[in-house]
Amino acid sequence: MPEVTSGDGDGGPTEGEDGPDDGVRVDMISGARMEGLTSMEKIRLILDGVREGNIVILEEGLTPDEESKLIEVTMTEISPDEFNGIEIETYPKSSSGNPGLFDRLMGKEDTQKLTVIGPANQIETLHKDENLISTLVSRK
Amino acid sequence: MGLLTSLKDSITRVTDGLFASAEPKRIGIYGPPNAGKTTLANRIARDWTGDAVGPESHIPHETRRARRKEGVTIERDGKEVTIDIVDTPGVATKVDYEEFLDHDMEKEDAVRRSREATEGVAEAMHWLREDVDGVIYVLDSTEDPFTQVNTMLIGIIESQELPVLILANKIDKEESDIQRIANAFPQHETIPCRRSKDRTWTKCTRKSRSTSPNNARSNQRRRRRRTHRG
Repeated sequence: MPEVTSGDGDGGPTEGEDGPDDGVRVDMISGARMEGLTSMEKIRLILDGVREGNIVILEEGLTPDEESKLIEVTMTEISPDEFNGIEIETYPKSSSGNPGLFDRLMGKEDTQKLTVIGPANQIETLHKDENLISTLVSRK
Repeated sequence: MGLLTSLKDSITRVTDGLFASAEPKRIGIYGPPNAGKTTLANRIARDWTGDAVGPESHIPHETRRARRKEGVTIERDGKEVTIDIVDTPGVATKVDYEEFLDHDMEKEDAVRRSREATEGVAEAMHWLREDVDGVIYVLDSTEDPFTQVNTMLIGIIESQELPVLILANKIDKEESDIQRIANAFPQHETIPCRRSKDRTWTKCTRKSRSTSPNNARSNQRRRRRRTHRG
């Protein structure tokens, strides 16, 4: 999946590139872009984007430990009338998708799942199954 | 006696099935808001120690701090195991104070409650990563279990190699669908629970015995953690 996000030298999104005010920006972040980041860098990248009102789509998702930390950090940033938290959706785990021991040892444990994250007050999931995530995104 | 004994017996068999060694264990009660976690924690604590863990309410996020009840000693087949019960705030990815306004709350109280709720959820996540040895995951059986929070939390619990038991709560309600929960998490045992209208008892019925392949891994994990701390 190509990385759509554009920005400054480090490849990250920057202010002033959000396009028209009436639009909703979508950052599609490739697995390669996330690969070299630490857990907290990934979480910051996601939350910084979401807090600006962007929809962040991760090609390969987060590990369970990173998801746990994402919830924890999100909670610390919630502020009344400013930020209510996040909406996050991934494809449900397939019943046949349990990783074997080899995959776990190789770090392939259930992390390669497309993940959509957005501000809780702007994104609503309409439908989700193993093959489709349908969301309604509204402006701020 | 019969109904109280049923819950005791279910939990006793659960802990017996989850843990092999005689070390004290810490069992976290997790789940989304309003699933009945505190009601369950109170029933367990009252039945064994006579004390409650915390107040129950129909308003979401009534529990905003993890509460630990220590030294719950369970006896089964002549053996005793001592556990700590940890009742945790309902986990969510969003908390909007305006939801509390629908429960006849003033804005100031609603904002304070939402702040405390966010701190509580963060605390619950930290407990899950660091300080619990097993999880009872409580779900309202009238609600769709295929939520992202449930999926993520079960995934987090599994990645921590913690033994988990899923309780399908509120099965006395007409809209209850136990099978939907069992289908959502077929890799774990699901136990249906219902409570009386006056909330004075809760009954859980165990359908089948868990084969808990995580027992050994859980004990290894505990030893690793202690070594790391030590």
